[in-house]
Amino acid sequence: MKCENCGKNDASVHFTQIRNNKKTEMHLCKECAKQKGFHNPLDDVPFPLAEFLNSMVKSGGTGTDPIARLVCSECGMRFIDFSRVGRFGCGNCYRAFRAPLEDLFRKIHGATRHCGRTNQQVDHTVKGVVEEEVRLKDELKRAIEREDFELAAALRDRLKALPSQSEPTESAQQDG
Amino acid sequence: MMKSFDDLIKRPVTWLSGEGEHANVVLSSRIRLARNLSKHRYPVRAEPDEAREVVELVRTVVDRSELVKEGIFFNSESLTPDDREILIERHLISPEFMRDEAPRGLFVDDDEASSLMVNEEDHMRIQAVRSGLDIRQALQRARTIERHLAEGLDFDCDTRLGFLTACPTNVGTGLRVSIMIHLPALVLTKEMDTVLSQVNKFGVGVRGFYGEGSDVLGNLFQISNQTTLGRTEEDLVDSLEKVTRQLLMYEENARRRLFTDAPNHIRDKLWRAFGILANARVLSSQEVMNLLSAVRLGVAMGESMGLDLRQVNELMLSVQPAHLQRHFEKEMTTEERDVARAEMVRKMLTRKRTTRRRGPRKSGEN
Ligand SMILES: [Zn+2]
Ligand SMILES: [Zn+2]
Repeated sequence: MKCENCGKNDASVHFTQIRNNKKTEMHLCKECAKQKGFHNPLDDVPFPLAEFLNSMVKSGGTGTDPIARLVCSECGMRFIDFSRVGRFGCGNCYRAFRAPLEDLFRKIHGATRHCGRTNQQVDHTVKGVVEEEVRLKDELKRAIEREDFELAAALRDRLKALPSQSEPTESAQQDG
Repeated sequence: MMKSFDDLIKRPVTWLSGEGEHANVVLSSRIRLARNLSKHRYPVRAEPDEAREVVELVRTVVDRSELVKEGIFFNSESLTPDDREILIERHLISPEFMRDEAPRGLFVDDDEASSLMVNEEDHMRIQAVRSGLDIRQALQRARTIERHLAEGLDFDCDTRLGFLTACPTNVGTGLRVSIMIHLPALVLTKEMDTVLSQVNKFGVGVRGFYGEGSDVLGNLFQISNQTTLGRTEEDLVDSLEKVTRQLLMYEENARRRLFTDAPNHIRDKLWRAFGILANARVLSSQEVMNLLSAVRLGVAMGESMGLDLRQVNELMLSVQPAHLQRHFEKEMTTEERDVARAEMVRKMLTRKRTTRRRGPRKSGEN
């Protein structure tokens, strides 16, 4: 029996999964099984994402299929690329591909809207300091590489002058 | 405080402690929260410089928060291939984490009860794990880490879709709950299929860890949520807990039945497994898991095998290839590992039996 995922190697790992009260069997080769994380509890529940995504793009995405030609303006990912890798390129892809995604979410989750808590209010002072620290460290690294020790010393002083770590307050301890 | 990788792996893993509710059946409760930064491309699409910036941002926030006092942060470049294999066996990172040499980061707290992967599939994957059935504590720990991160990082969160993730199967809560459960009695009595068709599995998946062939490796199963959008964290946790409690009840009944209906039969089976482990000279990674499964059942049912649950759990980890090599401090072929594995298990089982006293000993008995 050939592996159901790659179709190339012999299947040596046999796997039963229950999804929505339906028992499905999968037969995979060692490599694909490892890739799909059957030995790893950290991994996601395998969902036949690739299969479904392929069916969303007509005729391999060539020609005039309007869905296949959607492009994310932030990261340049096209829907056709997404349908092949099953991963978004950035958060904006969700907006760029909004129309066809509704269908996909319904299929995967049985829902199209989030329910529950959302982002906690970020402390913009802390955020600003963190970004400044990362920027200064990066500049410092470059200065040292260029052997510009005068600039490096100045950057070190500026790093030292940054407010030190945020004082943990009791109010920050409550659960979100 | 932990200072290095070696300190990390010398410490006992708390989630293997065999403590917590229903630890006889449930090995661990695991939580994962996926989070991403806004205005940064996801790891799969990011150039090395952008990926490095994400690692530095997260690392800076960790360094500035209380988290830094509780653990250690590694940049992926500082981890050797052997280190990575060990981290995978400890379930601290996924194989995906070492797919290529892109900049990544890993934070692990002192007792390995929680960790944070930077630039795996998502910018951040927060994980927390507890021994036994204890989903709520694990979730609370994951949220604590999330809160520390949120002090200086802006998570990408959409009012309509919730937390945005690299894979559409995680969007919404970004939450994956995963319970590792040991079901030897249900497998032995061939009730697994019937039971699976009876438990309420709404949005919940159950799968086995398979080795070669069709036997479930070590009779270990994983229960996890399949959806992340449209249901609250609490709702998902409730479903998972409900299914786990149902399976747990079936397993406990099956164990009780085995020990009342055919006590000699079942005890013979478990003690034979013990006998093989205590005497074998060659043990494959597959065989050892299946035998340890029997010993684990014996220990859980109060058989005096001279081991406790923690020791059986820890043995399941230390016989994995990378851990074995680290223990014997050398690279080994598969055949050499099988011999070393048998040696390690034999020592563990025989030493414990002679050094630990269980009940009064008759004179002359050794
Ligand atoms: Zn394959
Ligand atoms: Zn994009």
